[in-house]
Amino acid sequence: MGITEQRVSYTLDSTLQTVDSAEEKATRIATELGFSEDEVMQISMAVREAAVNAVLHGNAYAPDKKVTLSFERTPENLVITVCDQGAGMDLARIPNPLAPENLLKTSGRGIFLMRSFMDVVEIRPSHTGTELKMIKHVHGPSAGGKEASQ
Amino acid sequence: MKISVRQVDGVTIVDCSGRITLGEGSVTLRDTVREILAKGQKKILLNLADVNYIDSSGIGELVSAFTTTKNQNGELKLLKLTKKVNDLLQITKLYTVFDVKDDETAAVKSFK
Repeated sequence: MGITEQRVSYTLDSTLQTVDSAEEKATRIATELGFSEDEVMQISMAVREAAVNAVLHGNAYAPDKKVTLSFERTPENLVITVCDQGAGMDLARIPNPLAPENLLKTSGRGIFLMRSFMDVVEIRPSHTGTELKMIKHVHGPSAGGKEASQ
Repeated sequence: MKISVRQVDGVTIVDCSGRITLGEGSVTLRDTVREILAKGQKKILLNLADVNYIDSSGIGELVSAFTTTKNQNGELKLLKLTKKVNDLLQITKLYTVFDVKDDETAAVKSFK
């Protein structure tokens, strides 16, 4: 784990425990930053879905591959980055989960939920795998009064 | 996640509490629905009143339970959604797929 005044990052194993841990960290940090209860839920769920993607679909539970999770507070935003060391994903192959023919599929809603809950979601290949960046804007004086802390 | 099963007028009511998420919660729900169907009970009411969190895997398990039951000529309905679960089903458009009830007695009577 590394931490600066406005940024905290974690290096995590490719396990189910990481998914729960990532969600817990997101909940704590978003709460400390003053986001509303609904926003905290949205942020924590988006982070959980991103961690699921990284652990399952990216690193495929490989014990030698890590997930990097970071939270950065800027004056306007909470920026969350989740990186894996997998082979990458082809976004064009991810079907629209709202299409009638896909409504009864049992998977494929993770990225959709992230995009529903966060203001910006960017997914791009990195030099080691896939980098998923999510941004939640800070609204009003109630959010962002405190810095992320460990 | 905790699950208990009871019978009311020929309907199997599955009382769920806790989280339906990747891992234990989803597996528990899946196993429970399969066991119910294996016993020939095909009218299933999932009571989600005490489910306070569900992720995309949990949503997938609800869909799986619904389609598995339907494929065996059964019916699976949802009872008493929390606001969080209700919002998720709205966002994912699954509210249009599931038969969602608010009252247990009326829900039991609604089965064919």
